[in-house]
Amino acid sequence: MKTATEASRDDERPGAEGELRTKLLKYTGGLLLSILLTGVSFWVSATDAVWPGGVPVLLAALAIAQMGVHLLMFLHVSSGPESTNNIMSLAFGVFVVALVIFGSMIIMHSLDTRMNMPVDAHRMMMTAP
Amino acid sequence: MSAVLDEPMQTVERPIPRSQRGPAPTHVTTGYGMWLFLLSDIVMFAAFFAAFVVLRDHTAGGPAGRDLFHRHTVLIETGCLLFSSFSCALLGVGVDYRNKTVTYIAAAVTLALGAAFMVLELSEFTHMIADGAGPGRSAFLSGFFALVGLHGLHVACGMLWLVVMLAQVATLGFSPKVVRRLLCFNLFWHALDIVWVGVFTVVYLGAFA
Repeated sequence: MKTATEASRDDERPGAEGELRTKLLKYTGGLLLSILLTGVSFWVSATDAVWPGGVPVLLAALAIAQMGVHLLMFLHVSSGPESTNNIMSLAFGVFVVALVIFGSMIIMHSLDTRMNMPVDAHRMMMTAP
Repeated sequence: MSAVLDEPMQTVERPIPRSQRGPAPTHVTTGYGMWLFLLSDIVMFAAFFAAFVVLRDHTAGGPAGRDLFHRHTVLIETGCLLFSSFSCALLGVGVDYRNKTVTYIAAAVTLALGAAFMVLELSEFTHMIADGAGPGRSAFLSGFFALVGLHGLHVACGMLWLVVMLAQVATLGFSPKVVRRLLCFNLFWHALDIVWVGVFTVVYLGAFA
């Protein structure tokens, strides 16, 4: 059981001037970076200057970069000792998300192609040694 | 003999192992618990994303995303959420310094931007449904309304949470409990922004790509 003084010490955050400045710089930098990345994403999807086949890959890269900016600048995920557990659970979360999304895509695509196969081709595949 | 005597001195100079430092501060453990909730929430969103991506081309002869979405609306919605993330971060700074004026102003800006986002999204939904492109039209539209609607529901819940937190700041002041809840709200709002980055890229820009 914690005493009242311990609890209040826990929640006391050092309010030094230097810390305020770094925080404000971090947030402003995060805002500017995400505005930039969003702008580039919308430009990439609208322009003809990019080869059409590369657009999805570029959009994915820009989205992942922007998610990284949000994690670092706004959610304060860092390599510091306080966020070791957060990083470990984040890694597991990313693993599960990737498994769910890409697993579904692969399985459903495979089912789709098999359903559309001509009957003969399907029978040949099933009886092939 | 002297080597044995020196040993305790060396152990004192070594940093204390993490296992012996005692429990972490409450704001760290609370943040970690909220972080676990947010990750499981994002895993749930992943299932909706997977459903949408699988059903995206199954329009059943109805309208596709290219015919329904307006790029400039999505850009304004994204801007609302980005700036509300920034004002929510400033809300956190106001709470750190126990400054009620900064807290209230930042919260009001966050609420206004969240409300603008909700108005834009709801008007988009009502226009689509009025044009016969409701969730029952095709598998693609079912996936779209489920995914984007789920995100909108999260934003609405976040706004309700912020209003409750403002009432708590007004009545209870910056007590340790209220400060921890505001920390959790901050994490929640930023996580919603991360989900929106996925939504506007996969759902909206993906439709034009």
